[in-house]
Amino acid sequence: MASLITCPHCGVRPKEEFAVRGDASLIRPASSASDAAWHDYVYVRVNPRGRTLEHWHHVAGCRRFLVVERDTVTHEVYSVVDGAAAAREVRR
Amino acid sequence: MTAYRLSSGGLLDRSKVLSFTFDGRPLRGFAGDTLASALLANDQLLVGRSFKYHRPRGIVSAGPSEPNALMTLGSGARSDPNTKATVAELYAGLTAKSQNRWPSLGFDVGAVNGLLSPFLGAGFYYKTFMWPRQLWEMLYEPVIRRAAGLGRAVLERDPESYEKSWAFCDLLIVGGGPAGLMAALTAGRAGLRVILADEDFRLGGSLLGETETIDGSPAPAFAERVVAELLSLDNVTLLPRTTVFGWYDDNVFGAVERVQKHVAEPSATLPTERVWRIAAKRALLATGAEERPLVFGGNDCPGVMMASAIGTYAQRYGVSAGKSVAIFTSGSSGYRTARGLVARGVTVSTIVDSRPEATEAAPDGVRVIRSGAIVDTKGRKRLSGIVIERSGFEELIACDALGMSGGWSPVIHLACQRGARPVWSEDLKAFSAPDVGGGLRVVGSANGVYTLSGCLRDGAEKATTIAVELGFNAAEASLPVIENEAEPSFAALWYVPGAKSKAFVDFQNDVHARDLGLALREGFGHVEHAKRYTTSGMATDQGKLSNVNAVGILAGMRGVSPAEVGTTTFRPFYTPVSFGALAGTSRDGHATPTRKSPLHEWARKNGATFVDSGLWFRSAWFPRAGEKTWRESVDREVLNVRANVGLCDVATLGKIEVFGADAAEFLNRLYCNPMLKLPVGKARYGLMLREDGFVFDDGTVSRLAEDQFFVTTTTAMAGAVMSHMDYCAQVLWPDLKVRFCSVSDQWAQMAIAGPKARDVLQQLIDEDISEAVFPFLAARSMVLRGGINARLFRISFSGELAFELAVPAGYGEAVAEQIMEAGRAHGICAYGVEALNVLRLEKGHLTHAEFDGRVTPDDAGLGRMVSAQKPDFIGKHLSARYGLTAADRMQLVGLKPVDRDKDMRAGAHLLKEGMKPSTLNDQGWVSSAGYSPVLGHHIALAFLKSGRERYGEKIVVWDKLRDHEMIAEVCDPAFVDPENKKLKA
Ligand SMILES: [Zn+2]
Repeated sequence: MASLITCPHCGVRPKEEFAVRGDASLIRPASSASDAAWHDYVYVRVNPRGRTLEHWHHVAGCRRFLVVERDTVTHEVYSVVDGAAAAREVRR
Repeated sequence: MTAYRLSSGGLLDRSKVLSFTFDGRPLRGFAGDTLASALLANDQLLVGRSFKYHRPRGIVSAGPSEPNALMTLGSGARSDPNTKATVAELYAGLTAKSQNRWPSLGFDVGAVNGLLSPFLGAGFYYKTFMWPRQLWEMLYEPVIRRAAGLGRAVLERDPESYEKSWAFCDLLIVGGGPAGLMAALTAGRAGLRVILADEDFRLGGSLLGETETIDGSPAPAFAERVVAELLSLDNVTLLPRTTVFGWYDDNVFGAVERVQKHVAEPSATLPTERVWRIAAKRALLATGAEERPLVFGGNDCPGVMMASAIGTYAQRYGVSAGKSVAIFTSGSSGYRTARGLVARGVTVSTIVDSRPEATEAAPDGVRVIRSGAIVDTKGRKRLSGIVIERSGFEELIACDALGMSGGWSPVIHLACQRGARPVWSEDLKAFSAPDVGGGLRVVGSANGVYTLSGCLRDGAEKATTIAVELGFNAAEASLPVIENEAEPSFAALWYVPGAKSKAFVDFQNDVHARDLGLALREGFGHVEHAKRYTTSGMATDQGKLSNVNAVGILAGMRGVSPAEVGTTTFRPFYTPVSFGALAGTSRDGHATPTRKSPLHEWARKNGATFVDSGLWFRSAWFPRAGEKTWRESVDREVLNVRANVGLCDVATLGKIEVFGADAAEFLNRLYCNPMLKLPVGKARYGLMLREDGFVFDDGTVSRLAEDQFFVTTTTAMAGAVMSHMDYCAQVLWPDLKVRFCSVSDQWAQMAIAGPKARDVLQQLIDEDISEAVFPFLAARSMVLRGGINARLFRISFSGELAFELAVPAGYGEAVAEQIMEAGRAHGICAYGVEALNVLRLEKGHLTHAEFDGRVTPDDAGLGRMVSAQKPDFIGKHLSARYGLTAADRMQLVGLKPVDRDKDMRAGAHLLKEGMKPSTLNDQGWVSSAGYSPVLGHHIALAFLKSGRERYGEKIVVWDKLRDHEMIAEVCDPAFVDPENKKLKA
């Protein structure tokens, strides 16, 4: 984890204000996509050792979903960006 | 009398005499004493019994590593078990009790365990008494539990108060000894925001027990001068009585401040303890070093102590541990302690040095025995002599206190709490701190710097480095001049051979050297295995004194370096922290929020019985005079709603207002049923799925304007739905033009239900709300008479002609009272959530008792709601998969008892008649059940395999947990008004 998360909207906040949703690299398939694609999206998760992208919801703050890039071993946080901005970036 | 108070000296206020009791005996100490020093001054050396063998044990240390002197302080609800006397500050009126002894400290029948000791060796938990099994549970375990163990937890309510606080600083310094004080002074003068925390009540650390002079004055006076200057600096915060117990991610430290543990009558305006979370840009670990005990025969006899502790008691507390002190050392520290003791007038008879050669000079008149080994001790409750072996000859030397000095181990726990392992240093013959980066640096003797001048220099230099890193101008520190400086050196000595009696490694858990040998022989030689097998290092002191010797002994037996054996894992907490402190203010009514509806006062005035329901405090029923059971009240309320009219508080529903050009599209994708073409002024029942195709939540969607919707969720899922909507809007569809916010607390919402609902409500509203103008599922804003802005919805959970009226929360109580007044002539009653539940059950309406996460829309009989036309919505793809569309899924049905007097209970399973209960034969389950006053018997909603094809079939309702079984008939889940005539009246 991390003790402190620097929210791009709210500043440095304690982790207790956030809820971790999980893998932020998933992309929701089209509803016409294959069963296999949907199975992967809904059920299959990697459990990475090292760098990972996660959605952290700032529940007790700005209510934004943030993409937190952090290391599951060292717990170092590399970056925190707004989730909507990141989602638009991926789509581009 | 052997231990005694010296006639002068020590950092005490001898004018302040403090009375206290130990095991009921009245004793006296001075201000500045710890409980341990005061006990020693009263020659109370025996302070406890050991965990397993109930051997007599005495004070060993003068600090937080103490394994033996654990006591219960205070009495009644204020009792604090397992408190270390060596760190407990003495106060007037303190009551202390020894632990783990029965019937008394002096005479303990448990000591017979000592005779059984061959059976209590390492691993005895795992192999003794394993058979027969019943005896383990009935006899051995209870007996062992009674005999073993430490203080007892108090069952009364804790009267103390606690709090938590955040702190932020440029530099946190953990430890207020020479290195920490010098670092604080340097950083403080440079202008950094500094927090200095030390667990002691007096800052100074080892300076308080030193014999050196600094700039010509005694070491304690130097500490006092530095502290005075730090107090004068606004940017420096001193936290004495504060233990930094944990190092967490992002350089956040956990600390507990004992705000008023040291006072007899705590002030009501202060917490007893305060937990700090300290976010520090930089931190210095200035926690010093711990002297090592020596593992020799009889080393647990009361009177055997750490040499440095004997020194501290003499220097700081003016107490001599004995009339005749001997020192057993493997290095120069023993000589230094002896010199200090002699200077204070304590008699030191002998120094037993394990090394064949030494350059250190002993004080005049002290005999030095080189290449000496203590192999046994004499005396049971008090040391009377030591048996020394040299070159095969034994000699008995009389003494009543023995100081052990086995070298030094840096105190590095915090640096190892985040995964980095200690590093074996051949130079230091100790485990030293790993390099954990610039956030936390280790300084002074914690860094293996053992001279006083070295510690002061290290503190100043590291503080200067940090100041520069953080952009401060740090002036070159002028370091004080030290006289009489000693440079400690020692030979590693893990185990003293030739022990004639048990040689203890871990005093608190009664682990002796042979236990470790047994662990190794039985295949548990890995340090983590040996720890668990022998329990070495697992007691409340977490092996602060014992661990390094255990590692050294294992290394010796395995013929490898301690580096290869390694250490066990360091984790918070450094020392035990009370649950009260960790809970802080989150207890009783503050543990979770109590949410009260805006209609709470109305319900209270109407005599509601309230229940805790999730976070909410909800009105359950409204008893009237003469009603003896809750059922009587609920039945009356239900019948009155069906016949006349009732008012129910539904303000706990989640309410979300959705705006924007794409609001309709957004909701269309969130719900499985269509929302795009919902007309303005209309409400619609909506079902949200999870992406896996199961029902997530249900509620209503009302379109107030083209681009404005009002959405309700169930009470329980209000938070989860809001988070789900956040995720969908921000992450899945960030380009939709939609905004929404929770308005759950802004609107007081109430249901007015029953055939006379319209007659009642019309009295408050000028606009026509007749069936023709405001039909079923109408929804719009309107103004109540008197000018209150309201929203009216023609929706019904009860199945009756019903309205839900929402008014701004502050008007809720007044409007509800108005409705009750208007309804008086129509026989209105207030009804609670219990009646609401019966009403919906009679109607076959669903709650999360049905939507339990395993239920699809079709299972619940709502399959037709799922849109086939919509291109996409949450859950669309996976709700079409085979497993979710199979014909033999559990489907919603109603159940009626065949014998109408029988009741059914939620949670019961369904079985075909004559079939044995088994997972294979399971036909489904009862999700909700209750008594229907309309029908005059119990009814239930259930999920039954292919249930919709089975109306009329008899089924067994089987509830083995409550030993209940009966036969029910399967029926349509809508028990009352299946044609919805009442609803649309
Ligand atoms: Zn935020």
